[in-house]
Amino acid sequence: MSRGDERSRAAYPLILPTWVVLGVFFLLPLGVLLVISFGQRGTYGGLRPIGDLGAYLLSGKFLSQYARSLHPIYLQIFWRSLWMAVVTTGVCLLVSYPVAYYIALIAAARRRNLLLGLVVIPFWTSFLIRTYAWMFILRTEGLANRLLMAAGLTSHPLELLYNDFSVLIGLVYGELPFMILPLYASLEKLDRTLLEASADLGASARETFRRVTVPLTAPGIAAGIVLVFVPSLGQFIVSDLLGGAKTILAGNLVQNQFAVARNKPFGSAIAFEVTAAVLLLLLGYAVWTRRRGEDVLL
Amino acid sequence: MSSGRPRRAVWLRLHTLLVFLFLYAPIAILVAFSFNQTSQTAVWRGFTLEWYRKLLSNDVLLGTVRNSLIVGAAATVLSTVLGTLAALALGRHRFRGEGATRSLLYLPIIIPEVVVGAALVTFFGVAGFRLSLLTVVIAHVVFSISYVAIVVRARLSGFDRSLEEAALDLGARPVQTFFRVTLPLILPGVVAGALLVFTISIDDYVITSFVAGVGATTLPLQIYSMLKVGVTPEVNAVSTLLLAATVVLILLAQRLQQPPPERPEG
Repeated sequence: MSRGDERSRAAYPLILPTWVVLGVFFLLPLGVLLVISFGQRGTYGGLRPIGDLGAYLLSGKFLSQYARSLHPIYLQIFWRSLWMAVVTTGVCLLVSYPVAYYIALIAAARRRNLLLGLVVIPFWTSFLIRTYAWMFILRTEGLANRLLMAAGLTSHPLELLYNDFSVLIGLVYGELPFMILPLYASLEKLDRTLLEASADLGASARETFRRVTVPLTAPGIAAGIVLVFVPSLGQFIVSDLLGGAKTILAGNLVQNQFAVARNKPFGSAIAFEVTAAVLLLLLGYAVWTRRRGEDVLL
Repeated sequence: MSSGRPRRAVWLRLHTLLVFLFLYAPIAILVAFSFNQTSQTAVWRGFTLEWYRKLLSNDVLLGTVRNSLIVGAAATVLSTVLGTLAALALGRHRFRGEGATRSLLYLPIIIPEVVVGAALVTFFGVAGFRLSLLTVVIAHVVFSISYVAIVVRARLSGFDRSLEEAALDLGARPVQTFFRVTLPLILPGVVAGALLVFTISIDDYVITSFVAGVGATTLPLQIYSMLKVGVTPEVNAVSTLLLAATVVLILLAQRLQQPPPERPEG
């Protein structure tokens, strides 16, 4: 690296435009949202004006949206979101590790880029369309039902869509590439001589995997978990399209408060609760990575 | 090569094959049925281009394609300029607020899209912005700067600084040096960043759905409302076109991001 160690003024004209744009159109809006989360909904869906700010704060009313979000109905939605995100992350990890292992350590070197490219393409293609693909397959008149009926497994079409299962399929399908890529990145850096040394010293393949491979690829595992868990938690499209009205997640709840229920203070409070959960997870990840003395992969 | 454990390798290979099948089969089915002659069931009735012909005469849909292209182009140009400058600042200089800037650039990617969308639409309301294509462009720039900055920053880290120093020593002015030496060298990274951002922009649904005003419907919003009403082969056809466009863009970006061919290892 050949960058000067002294602070240089030349940086400011370069970085200032980004500061201004993100300051005005990102940080400020988040600030506004935070303030609104302490307010009350007015009669027509707007904000109720606050007469005496001091009295309002002292009465503790500014926390009423947060208090409301602790109602069992909403706690259940949070719980389901969390649970869905955990299951999605777990399934993605189990499915992805062997794939990443194969691409990084077993596939012929000349094939590696092709295989990796095949993972990257869905990574970047429209999440909406990839979710729609499952809607198309799982609907009542869809291919899945036709195959099931042709195989004689059922005599009438099953309701495959609009349940927790279809949402899980959509989530796993959507997030899978986000798990494979960081796992591949850390498996590819794995020093193979260590695997050979372990085998030479008499460890079984299983033991080598458990005591050498997994610990050495822990950074990739952690990065993958973060990359899958975070978007799953704030998910909106999958649960809206594949879950219908039955599987509402935290993301849908936020959207609903803004678009349908017109209760911005409550929607804002939930938005901040979700954001706080995400940031806490990332903070944990950053601390863990730093303690191990590694670069943050994200 | 580890040929000592062929049986395990076979299982891993089979597993990988199945996962790729899982990743690609739904897309393949979606595409195949955009050419199907019937609109009712998932039965194959023969090849047709009728659904594509219908798309081309659907003025509403074409209007949303136009909106998406306008937004994509504007957001790409703006965020590419801003993101590249930010990457240069981060890659080349030390400055006050450097660490905070790094975190700031990750935030728009990390914070859930529904939250960013809700924050922006609320802010636009408070600040008196009318929702329009402009607000969509602003929203897209906000989440795009980060992607460009990250991609260009990666390109900069393998950069030979002595070339710039040589140019300056030979009497080139800083601005000249930037346009004649620096920019051509980082250009592949910049173009790759721009292509990725354009792809993300024409695909975005969640944030756009919050900030798009009347008459500012983009293609993903149109697709969403179409498939909320009912699954039709037309949706498959328009999805296929959007998929094809993004795949081409991604392959181009990949090409450009590829480092120069690696030297074979000893």
